Amino acid sequence: MEHTPPPFFNRGPAPLVRLAFFASLSLALLVLDARFRYTEGLRSVIAVAVYPLQTLATAPAALAERFSGYFVSQSQLREENTELRAKLLASSQGAQRYAAAQAETGQLRRLIGAAERLPLNATPAEILYNGRDPYARKVVIDKGSQNGVSAGSPVVDENGVVGQVTRAHALSSEVTLLTDKEQAIPVQVVRNGLRAIAFGAGSSGMLELRFMAANAEIQNGDKLVTSGIDGTYPPGLPVATVARIERDAAYAFARIVCQPAAGVESGSYVLVLGAEAKRSAYPEEAGPEPGKRLGKIRKPRRKDADAAR
Amino acid sequence: MLLGNPSPAQSILLPVRAATILASLALALLLNFLPWNNVALVPDFVALVLAFWCVRQPRLVGLGAAWLMGLLIDVGNGVLLGQHALAYSLLAFAAIALSRRILWFPLWSQALHVAALLLFAQGVAALVRLAAGAEFPGWSIVVGPLIGAVLWPVVSLLLLLPQRLPVNVDETRAI
Repeated sequence: MEHTPPPFFNRGPAPLVRLAFFASLSLALLVLDARFRYTEGLRSVIAVAVYPLQTLATAPAALAERFSGYFVSQSQLREENTELRAKLLASSQGAQRYAAAQAETGQLRRLIGAAERLPLNATPAEILYNGRDPYARKVVIDKGSQNGVSAGSPVVDENGVVGQVTRAHALSSEVTLLTDKEQAIPVQVVRNGLRAIAFGAGSSGMLELRFMAANAEIQNGDKLVTSGIDGTYPPGLPVATVARIERDAAYAFARIVCQPAAGVESGSYVLVLGAEAKRSAYPEEAGPEPGKRLGKIRKPRRKDADAAR
Repeated sequence: MLLGNPSPAQSILLPVRAATILASLALALLLNFLPWNNVALVPDFVALVLAFWCVRQPRLVGLGAAWLMGLLIDVGNGVLLGQHALAYSLLAFAAIALSRRILWFPLWSQALHVAALLLFAQGVAALVRLAAGAEFPGWSIVVGPLIGAVLWPVVSLLLLLPQRLPVNVDETRAI
C-alpha cells in the first residue's frame, strides 16, 4: 500500500528548484552567447517565431508614414523635386569626374603593380527603428540576408560611414552605429595620411581616437576617412572631423574627440556596401619540415579569423 | 469604486481562460516591439503582464513561461541571449513569492510592490549587461519600471475584465 499524496496536491518541483534550473539555464546561455557566440542557430530559429510580431508592430508606423505622405501638398512636393534635381545635377557632375579619376587611378595602380580596386555593389535600405537595447547603439534596417546583406558589411549614408551590419536576419539586419562603445573603425587623416583607429564614445554621440601619442600630428578640423587596411571598410569614405584635442603631459596619449561626418543618430536612408571583392589571401603558414611533426599543424582559430575580418 | 475599495469579497471572479493569458502576453510582446522613439522611457510591458499573471495565477504562469518570454524578447531586441530570460525568471519567482501579500493591498499599494519588482528585474538585466562589458546608459533606465508600476492599476483592471464579465443570468430561476 502506497502512501503518496493524491495527484491534485502535486505541484511539481519547489519554486526555488525551478528558479535554480531556469537561472542556471539563462546563465549558461549568457556565457555561450557572450563568450563563444555558439547561440546563433538557436537565435535564428527563435527569430523566425518572433518575426511576424515584429512586422505587425512596425506596421502602424509605416502605415502612418504612408498616410501622412498622401496628404503632402503639391507645392511642397514641387519644392522638394526642384531641390532634388539641383542636388542630382551637382552630384552627377561629381560622379562624371569620379569615373574619370577612377579610370586614371586604375591605370596608375596597374602601372605600379598594385592590386586594382573593384567597384562596390551597394544596397539601399531604410532604417526601420532604433534598437531597443539601451546598452548599445544599434538600428534595424529593412534589408536582410535575402537581399544580399551579410554581417560585417559597412553601412554609409550620403555624408559618410554610419556603422556596420553586425547581425543579418532573413528580412532585416542590425546595424551597430559608429558611436557604439564596442565599435572600432580604422581611419586615416586626409591631410597627412596618419593612421589611427576611431572608437565610439558611447552616449555622447562622438568618436574617440585612442592610443594616439600626445605629440601626434593632428589638429582640430582634420578630416578622417577610412583607411581600408582592415579589408572591411573600403578606403576613402568620410568618417569624422576632429572636434577637440586634449594633450595632457601627464598621459602618454592625447584625448582626441571627433564629430561623425554622417548623420549617425539621425537620417532614415542608408546604403549597405557589399564587402570589397578583392582581398589579398592570407599567407600560408610556414609548413613544418617534411616528415617531422606533421600532425601538429595548427588549425586557424575562429577568433583569428574574426579579428582579421 | 474599483480603485478605492477593491475588497476581493465584493466580486467573485470567473476562472481565467488560457486564451486570455496567451492573448495578453502576445499583446505585451507587440507593445514591446513597437518602434518607440525613446526606449528608456518605455515600460517593459511583458514584465508587467508577466508580473500580473504570476501574482494572480501562480499555478498557471510561472518561471517557465517567464523564461520563454524572456528568450523571445532577447531575440526580438537582438541583445545577449539569456539576459531577459534571467531577469524575467527572477521577476516571476519574486512575484510568486509575494503574490499572497500583494493581493492583500489596494491597487495603488500593489503598484508600489510592482515598482520594486520591475526595478529588480531591470537591475538584473543591467547587471548582466555591465558584466558583459556594456557601458552604463544612465539613470534613465529606472524611469521605465516606474512608469510600468504607474500603469499597474490600469493593467490589472483591463486584464481582469474578461473574468468580470457577467454570466448569463437565468431570469426564470427560482432563487
